[in-house]
Amino acid sequence: MSITEQHKKLERNVTLLGAFAFVAVIIGGIVEIAPLFWIDNTIEKVDGVRPYTPLELAGRDIYIREGCYVCHSQMIRPFRDEVERYGHYSLAAESMYDHPFQWGSKRTGPDLARVGGRYSDEWHVQHLANPQSVVPESVMPQYGFLADADLTIGDPAARLTALSRVGVPYTAKDIEQARADLLAQADPEADAGDLAKRYPKAQIRDYDGKPARLTEMDALVAYLQMLGTLVDVNSAAAQEDLATETGR
Amino acid sequence: MELVLSRAAAWFAALLLAVIAVAAAQDSGFAVHMSIIAIAALIGLWVTISRADYGAIARGIIRTPADPGRYDDDPVRWGVIATVFWGMAGFAAGLYIALQLAFPVLNFEPYLNFGRLRPLHTSAVIFAFGGNALIASSFYVVQRTCRARLALPGLARFVFWGYQLFIVLAATGYLMGITQSKEYAEPEWYVDWWLTIVWVAYLAVFVGTILKRKEPHIYVANWFYLSFIITVAMLHVVNNLDLPVSLLGSKSYSVFAGVQSALVQWWYGHNAVGFFLTAGFLAMMYYFVPKQAERPIFSYRLSIIHFWALIFLYIWAGPHHLHYTALPDWAQTLGMVFSVMLWMPSWGGMINGLMTLNGAWDKVRTDPIIRMMVISLAFYGMSTFEGPLMSIKSVNSLSHYTDWTIGHVHSGALGWNGMITFSVLYFLTPRLWNRERLYSLRMVNWHFWLATAGIVFYAASMWVAGITQGLMWREYGADGYLVNSFADTVAALHPMYILRAFGGLLYLAGAVILVINIWLTIAGRQRVEEPLRQAAYDPAADRPIVPAAAN
Repeated sequence: MSITEQHKKLERNVTLLGAFAFVAVIIGGIVEIAPLFWIDNTIEKVDGVRPYTPLELAGRDIYIREGCYVCHSQMIRPFRDEVERYGHYSLAAESMYDHPFQWGSKRTGPDLARVGGRYSDEWHVQHLANPQSVVPESVMPQYGFLADADLTIGDPAARLTALSRVGVPYTAKDIEQARADLLAQADPEADAGDLAKRYPKAQIRDYDGKPARLTEMDALVAYLQMLGTLVDVNSAAAQEDLATETGR
Repeated sequence: MELVLSRAAAWFAALLLAVIAVAAAQDSGFAVHMSIIAIAALIGLWVTISRADYGAIARGIIRTPADPGRYDDDPVRWGVIATVFWGMAGFAAGLYIALQLAFPVLNFEPYLNFGRLRPLHTSAVIFAFGGNALIASSFYVVQRTCRARLALPGLARFVFWGYQLFIVLAATGYLMGITQSKEYAEPEWYVDWWLTIVWVAYLAVFVGTILKRKEPHIYVANWFYLSFIITVAMLHVVNNLDLPVSLLGSKSYSVFAGVQSALVQWWYGHNAVGFFLTAGFLAMMYYFVPKQAERPIFSYRLSIIHFWALIFLYIWAGPHHLHYTALPDWAQTLGMVFSVMLWMPSWGGMINGLMTLNGAWDKVRTDPIIRMMVISLAFYGMSTFEGPLMSIKSVNSLSHYTDWTIGHVHSGALGWNGMITFSVLYFLTPRLWNRERLYSLRMVNWHFWLATAGIVFYAASMWVAGITQGLMWREYGADGYLVNSFADTVAALHPMYILRAFGGLLYLAGAVILVINIWLTIAGRQRVEEPLRQAAYDPAADRPIVPAAAN
């Protein structure tokens, strides 16, 4: 029986046709995606990656809200020019707590994967409020309203709880302390407690130049200033590990 | 009567729930969205109880044609109007954000900043314009090719209105900053749940109609529609697996993180192109091109081979969006290999469409609707050649992150999806509203040329912009240092961004002509105009030569 004759069976039975079509479209996804969850070297083991502090997380939520990912990538490719321009190429481990990833797909603006610590807080605040005042060629929109918007998060602990349910290792204390941590990280006067111990390399200071107020600008700048700072990719141990890494 | 009461009660319950959700909302965006849902429920309640014709209610929420000898075309008519409306909104948003990139002063914080408008544009053109075209055309095609009226007419109406509510919630959400940040899957968890319900209803109406068909065979267009509906359901559900922070707030977090979420997203994202914008639109091609050309499909065997090859291969191509990232190499290579293979079944569809015109090629000169179909297939062929090219890793290292990708998407979207949709709208409107012909065929011709010129400006400027930017980023001087700062590359693109916006303006101008033409056709007007082609006739010359002397 020729293939067109056999195919007539499918053409006469919508259940069969739908079932065959479903089988055809499900295979590729299973073969490509499922192994990422159990092949060990998908995410390299490196030191330093930790969950976001509540303030950084609030900043990340603002980054998502404003659609920053539309124009900025957070994924440095292993090319000479990108590594020189932006820093060490990005590691899978560095976004392992990003629900979802923020790798982006377009660079209308530069990559931000390692922007943390590259500019001062003042630069960020001025640049966000009026990008053209510091980079005349820039086509970035203005985000001055962030400096006037109080950071209002109904329940910071709820966000940490949701993230811990999808696999981010927040401790019970992290969740309990979420609101206090959120306030303390942007306020050098406050007692931050063991914030810096629970979140190593957390930067505790006022970010937006308005110590009396906790604004959305504080949160966004706190997020930007920690991007790419957690893993010490230039340490000797890290270099040795990465040299033996396969699959890249 | 009980039915009316129970329907009214259901609407009232929905209204009540929405109002409670407004009152208890965790954030203002969620409150606005629940208000929109409350208004929709209120309208539903009002429509239900104010209907005098209770017999009609029993057959559906809104009157279906009583005559069983006619196809059930109301949802198709609404779909045509919705397609035109959302198309205009989407094109206008696109032009506006193109201008924002050339002139950043056009950003008005916070609601009209580029970052919030860009998903509005992409969702409006893909899901609102494209989605309505797909739903309306599938309801039209499935009835004709099955020789049966729509199964579940009430549910078909729910699909149409439910889908519009999805669009409104998605679009207003972007302006308020409600987004999951997954490209082409930005709407938040509750909007995703709503779309899932609508989509299952869509599948039920579509498959139900096929089940009651009077034709023994299922026509090839319906294979494509069916695979599109099934696959989009799968992609949508898996990519939107997330955990809401609160059931009374808009925020959620994806269950996937990092590298896994990246691949799930681009498995979704690439197949939104593969199934929403390709398989679904190929279904339109398989019905309307043979109809308008009055020729049968070129090859039945080719349609079988390219259908199965296309749907099987497309799903593998997602990783080419993640070349040289932290995604493991094996997955990138797999994505590249399958993307290159995908070239063949894609061109199978183009060849099957174009060769259908065998023996009718003269219609490209005389029939502007055929001309639109032909150019849409030509753009389909071009962008499905460009796609595999860009998925090759070494090419991608230059093109990725640049405007080349944007140009590629638009030659497919404006050229293939846009043009085939316009031609289908021109085909459907006179038939659905019982008009002898379109208001004006000459205006179709104008639309054709404006749109084509617009696409040429768009694609050409984005090629130049993308390759320029890619080369400038990697340019090294003799001293071994990078030559260009990032800001230099932004400044270099300014002229190209203006040209791109000009291309968009031409395309939008063509669409304005479409709106006028469709509007006046529905209104029953016919423009008095010269036919597009007529052999020259000069009455003065049409006489015998009489010798002067005989006078």
